[in-house]
Amino acid sequence: MELSFKLIIHFLLFLPLISFTLSLFIPKRNELALSVLAYCSVGLQLLTSIFFAIYWYNQGFPDINLKEFSVYRTGDYDFYLDFYFDKLTLVYLLLGSMLTFLITIYSRYYLHREEGYKRFFNTILFFFLGFMIIIFAGNLETMFIGWEVLGISSFLLIAFYRDRYLPVKNALKVFSVYRIGDVGIILAMWLSHHLWHENISFSKLHNAELVHEHIMQNSLVGLAIAFMFYISAAAKSAQLPFSSWLPRAMEGPTPSSAIFYGSLSVHIGAFLMLRTSPFWENQMLFKVFLIFSGLLTAVIATFISRVQSSIKSQIAYASIAQIGLIFIEIALGWENIALVHISGNAFLRTYQLLISPSVVSHKIREQFYQFKRKESTIEDSWPKRFEYAFYMLNLKEWNLDNLMYRILWNPLKRMGRNWQLLNFKFVFYFIGFVILSGLVLIQFRDQMPPLLRHQLPFFFAFSGFMIVVKAFTEKDSVRKSLTLIMLNHVAIAIAISFNEKYDFMHNFWYLSGIVMSWFIGLLLINYLRRREEWISLDQFYGHIYEHPKAAIIFLLCCLGLAGFPITPSFVGEDLIFSHIHYDQVGLAFFTALSLIINGLATVRIYARVFLGPHIKTYHEVAKRSS
Amino acid sequence: MKSTFQLERVVTELKHYLPSQAPLKDFIHHNTLHAFQHDSFHEGLKKASETFGYKTYLQLSEYRKLYHEGKISKTLINQFIPSDDKAYWLHCLLDKEYEEGLNPRIGELRANWKSNYQIDLDNFTHSLLFRITSSYLDQGISIWNFPIKDLGFLEAMRHMEANGSISFFKNKRAKELLKNTDLTLEDCLHILVGDESLYERYLFDQQFAHPGYSGMVSVLSGHANALIDERQIDLVEWMIFECLLEIDALDAYFGEIWIPIGQKAHTIVRDLFAPVQLTELDEVKRIWQESFEWTYYNQVLNGLKEKSVVLESTPELQGIFCIDDRECSIRRYIEEGHPGVQTFGTAGFFGVEFYFQPHGSSFRTKVCPAPVTPKFLIKEIANESKTSKDLHFDARSYGLVFGWIMTHTMGFWSGLKLALAIFRPSMNSVAVSSNGHMHADSTLLIENTGGQLSEDGLNIGFTVDEMTDRIHALLMSIGLIRDFAPLIYIVGHGSSSSNNTHYAGYDCGACSGRPGSVNARVMSFIGNHPIVREKLKERGIDIPSETQFVPVLHDTSRDEFMYYDVANLTERNSQKHQVNKRLFDQALDYNATERSRRFVVMNSKKAVRRVHENVKLRSVSLFEPRPELNHATNTLCIVGRRSFSRGLFLDRRSFLNSFDYQVDPEGTYLLGILNAVAPVCGGINLEYYFSRVDNQKLGAGTKLPHNVMGLIGVANGIDGDFRTGLPSQMIEVHDPMRLLVIVEHFPSIVLKTIQTNPSTYEWFLNRWVNLVVFHPEEKQFYVFENGAFIPYQFPKESLMHVDDVMKYVTRESENLPVVELKN
Repeated sequence: MELSFKLIIHFLLFLPLISFTLSLFIPKRNELALSVLAYCSVGLQLLTSIFFAIYWYNQGFPDINLKEFSVYRTGDYDFYLDFYFDKLTLVYLLLGSMLTFLITIYSRYYLHREEGYKRFFNTILFFFLGFMIIIFAGNLETMFIGWEVLGISSFLLIAFYRDRYLPVKNALKVFSVYRIGDVGIILAMWLSHHLWHENISFSKLHNAELVHEHIMQNSLVGLAIAFMFYISAAAKSAQLPFSSWLPRAMEGPTPSSAIFYGSLSVHIGAFLMLRTSPFWENQMLFKVFLIFSGLLTAVIATFISRVQSSIKSQIAYASIAQIGLIFIEIALGWENIALVHISGNAFLRTYQLLISPSVVSHKIREQFYQFKRKESTIEDSWPKRFEYAFYMLNLKEWNLDNLMYRILWNPLKRMGRNWQLLNFKFVFYFIGFVILSGLVLIQFRDQMPPLLRHQLPFFFAFSGFMIVVKAFTEKDSVRKSLTLIMLNHVAIAIAISFNEKYDFMHNFWYLSGIVMSWFIGLLLINYLRRREEWISLDQFYGHIYEHPKAAIIFLLCCLGLAGFPITPSFVGEDLIFSHIHYDQVGLAFFTALSLIINGLATVRIYARVFLGPHIKTYHEVAKRSS
Repeated sequence: MKSTFQLERVVTELKHYLPSQAPLKDFIHHNTLHAFQHDSFHEGLKKASETFGYKTYLQLSEYRKLYHEGKISKTLINQFIPSDDKAYWLHCLLDKEYEEGLNPRIGELRANWKSNYQIDLDNFTHSLLFRITSSYLDQGISIWNFPIKDLGFLEAMRHMEANGSISFFKNKRAKELLKNTDLTLEDCLHILVGDESLYERYLFDQQFAHPGYSGMVSVLSGHANALIDERQIDLVEWMIFECLLEIDALDAYFGEIWIPIGQKAHTIVRDLFAPVQLTELDEVKRIWQESFEWTYYNQVLNGLKEKSVVLESTPELQGIFCIDDRECSIRRYIEEGHPGVQTFGTAGFFGVEFYFQPHGSSFRTKVCPAPVTPKFLIKEIANESKTSKDLHFDARSYGLVFGWIMTHTMGFWSGLKLALAIFRPSMNSVAVSSNGHMHADSTLLIENTGGQLSEDGLNIGFTVDEMTDRIHALLMSIGLIRDFAPLIYIVGHGSSSSNNTHYAGYDCGACSGRPGSVNARVMSFIGNHPIVREKLKERGIDIPSETQFVPVLHDTSRDEFMYYDVANLTERNSQKHQVNKRLFDQALDYNATERSRRFVVMNSKKAVRRVHENVKLRSVSLFEPRPELNHATNTLCIVGRRSFSRGLFLDRRSFLNSFDYQVDPEGTYLLGILNAVAPVCGGINLEYYFSRVDNQKLGAGTKLPHNVMGLIGVANGIDGDFRTGLPSQMIEVHDPMRLLVIVEHFPSIVLKTIQTNPSTYEWFLNRWVNLVVFHPEEKQFYVFENGAFIPYQFPKESLMHVDDVMKYVTRESENLPVVELKN
């Protein structure tokens, strides 16, 4: 029995992986092969899932945990892949396969002759793979891989129309929100590591006594972990204060918006909360917070939805409101109701988004026959002053869209601007000094007074943070910005090296992928500079129009440089965090912040150089406002 | 200082150049670059691209590809190359490398915000401006509407600002400015620009940064009733508001002390409308474009010329169709089915102009060409109402509590519906059916017996004399004045589609984007009216008493005929009708198959019946962005007897208007025809042309990401500008060529006729449409050039003959050469 479960689960994970990989090799113009591959593989996934569900039910629906292999292990650190299957997985499995199956068939015709037909199916399959990894994940590390895959595929789908300004801008915006969510998980992993002294698997969380015991010892850490889960979940499920990204993600072809942002992607946050509920279900404070924030989201999103004059943003906010309610249901422990609610909401919003173009003929026809000039709504009965103010507030989406800018990006930019005064020579000398002194100091690590050894990492992490802010706000040189990003990782590596038991092999793991990505990236930029007049980071250049191949490789470099799961550095990232002590909150904070900005800075470089309206206008180029 | 800025003139200019596309419900084709029509075609195109950065021709590489594929003929290129140095020009055309990038004048002044002030101003203002405007104009998407709808735009904003505690603005200055009721646009420009000589330029730069919204506001300015839920919006007021947003954004960024853009040193701003310099590249493109067009025209002219006039036997059945290019092939198939068939083409409102008020509605919809303002109203009386409800569009589904209930219940139903829609598409509440325009068995109030029956200044129905005038004019203009068949079908057309925001553009253009069914019924009623027939006889047209008119609606996406009022047929005609129906059904199958060749994902080689079934499914499929290809590939308009073009395969590329020069020797009816052909067919043709050559700036881009804004327009995403023009799915198979109008008449009469109406004459004189006349006696073509007709002397080509049309058309999906068909 165990074996057959294992086989099927492996099959359900490998099938998307294989079909995604195969789809990369199909020629661009072969629409038939691309679409057939996509819907056959997803259809097979659906069919297998249904049979698996029946089989699993007949076996008495046991929870299944499969510990796979260790990717990297040293001392008490063990980065291992782990898979888990239970009712929750099943619901998401069926829902995801069914909707993806329908959408692939739908898109087969809908995207016919569209530039980027191949890209679309590649990305859908990549997304599907990420989705499967997340729902089958048995521990946070495994889930994080899928989490990152989802983030990248979202970026690619929102920027599907990469030759226009707004999709690229919004893709970056959404990416930055996702990045915050990613760091939520990284910090949760860091804290859990210290709480459990191992990479805990979800199946162990079902051991209520074990959980209780650990949390009792460290109630504050327990609470912090739960909040980190919430931040990740809220970012992905567009809960407050992140809500405004969801309507802005509706830039791709309608079916992709329907499946990603109408159904599957936005419900992944709910999945995370359900998956981790055994961990926090006894933390009253957190539950109250969850209910409260769910309610707040539900009410605010409903009002925002009521004033939307565009059909897709209206559906988006209505969906966010329902997910707010779902969060409440999860907090109350009504898992079954939540699952029904999730499925219903996913189907309804997908369908509503798909038929959204029909709203014109439907409503105009309706009006033609039954038009009433003054249709009064509940708000009309309110005092005018309040009504107007409240209307404006909702129209401006409670300023949520500006919030991120105001509290995070603007201060960073200001910081970067102030440092603009420092010229590059100075910056590089400074960095050179920092790194050299770091390398020297590490040699004397063991002879240092403990206090100094404890404080030095913070200093280096902060330097790293400054370096990456500089990279993020750099306006001219692509190569300098790339180099600064790479050096940021070096600074972090040095910072961590001061902690005891740190093995230099870890630095190798961590930096190998990053340095390689940086190097190839530099070569590509040199290649581009020989062919194009001038590249800076001050505007979008859209060079992908003439250099699509270079763009793909450069994107891979950027992802490698940002520590995505395509190079060993990905494991290194987690490894780095496992070496940060409990009490080094400052170190953890700046390392995490560096990671966020680092990801943004790399993707920003990619977007500026390769995406957006092409600077050459011999062909059709869209207006910026379109 | 003397004022140099004249607001009124500048606003008139702005409105002239901004896109003039109506809200979605009234989508009507027009020349996208109508503003440049007082220049000759090539000069206008050059100006448009120099000024506004539009791409107005294909890329050189595309022309070269066409040349190598044989779609541009070498002999024709020779006709257009300047004779001074042929070898050099040939080199330029084929091999020389040019920098084709554009460096438009628009936007130069405002670019200084970024280069000089380091501020991305549009980033701060656009999305808020769009959001507020579309909320104010919203026709029914939002559940909680803009709180103040009865006041004009600026007044409403002022009211909101004064009475609400949350402001549009961040700083005090803009708030105070808005409160001032005497605020003028000049005041705002004084703060923003400072230099009066740059005001006009600044406004152009500003408005053309978002031509979609500006165009919509300009269209709605002074036409509040263009919307069902009326709004008073005015371009000047709207620009004031935009300027205030800009002032506020600048204040927030710099504090209230910053130097106006016109007073700070700025880059050189070229005069927007200064004369343009023609370059060698422009000449090369002109030569390519002309050669491309005439390569095709030449084929057609050869085909038309070779035909000798066929004598018809006594007709068995006659059909009067719309001039529309989509009716070109169905007429051919019906004619092929029986030698006794005669078809005619005319503008699809069939000469009856009126408003139509459907049963159960308090609104009226115009069903005649857009420029006509009718004085008549036709009312429908039916038994049932035509609305259906779909909970998926219901406002409550977005609510919190009801939404909770709905997701738990209907959510799963939606999943099922989605699966059904994908595996078994069917006509449902999401689709638009051409039949929905009017009930098949409803009664229309057509005859006005009293004369004083009127509503809001509109006469309800036509009097007998008015009816007689109209049918007389119709029959004279198409040349059908004798040899009447027992059954004359009047075929209007409409289109069914699903998930289509541009549905109005798929129906009959001559009926203001509505199906032509009501007009067909009205004209048939007139034709069957005994007293009208009496009066017609007095005017010399004797329709035999056994002849009956039958109204029909042709659904162009489904290829279906819907017959109306057949119960009134005599028994003999009823039998004949049954026979004819079989003929039509077959023709429809063939027609669907011919159309299917363009839908690459469909196999056209199956049995025609099955292909037709697939075509029908396609029209109601949610996932099908191309229910039909509409007017794509339209290039010709033939005004003459059908015998002139019958038996020629024109690949659905021709508008066909019947006209007999012998019936109209003075060109009286010809004037009416050409007055419609130039703006309607020419407008359609040029909208396709420009949407094709610059699908991003002059077209709507791909429709796949489109988002419906306020029921009036589409945008990309939620922060985008309205997209005007046609989406890429409508134009991708279109070859950008100007319309060639071919008239069968004496050149002198045609010249006199087109000169009668200056606005029509402009189209021909400036060659926004090409004109060729066939001299019926000399049997010789004349080309209209520089105001005169000169004999056509292009190389002769002989056309291929084809036996089996079906084999020929299903061969490939590309444009097919003109061939002669053997019957």
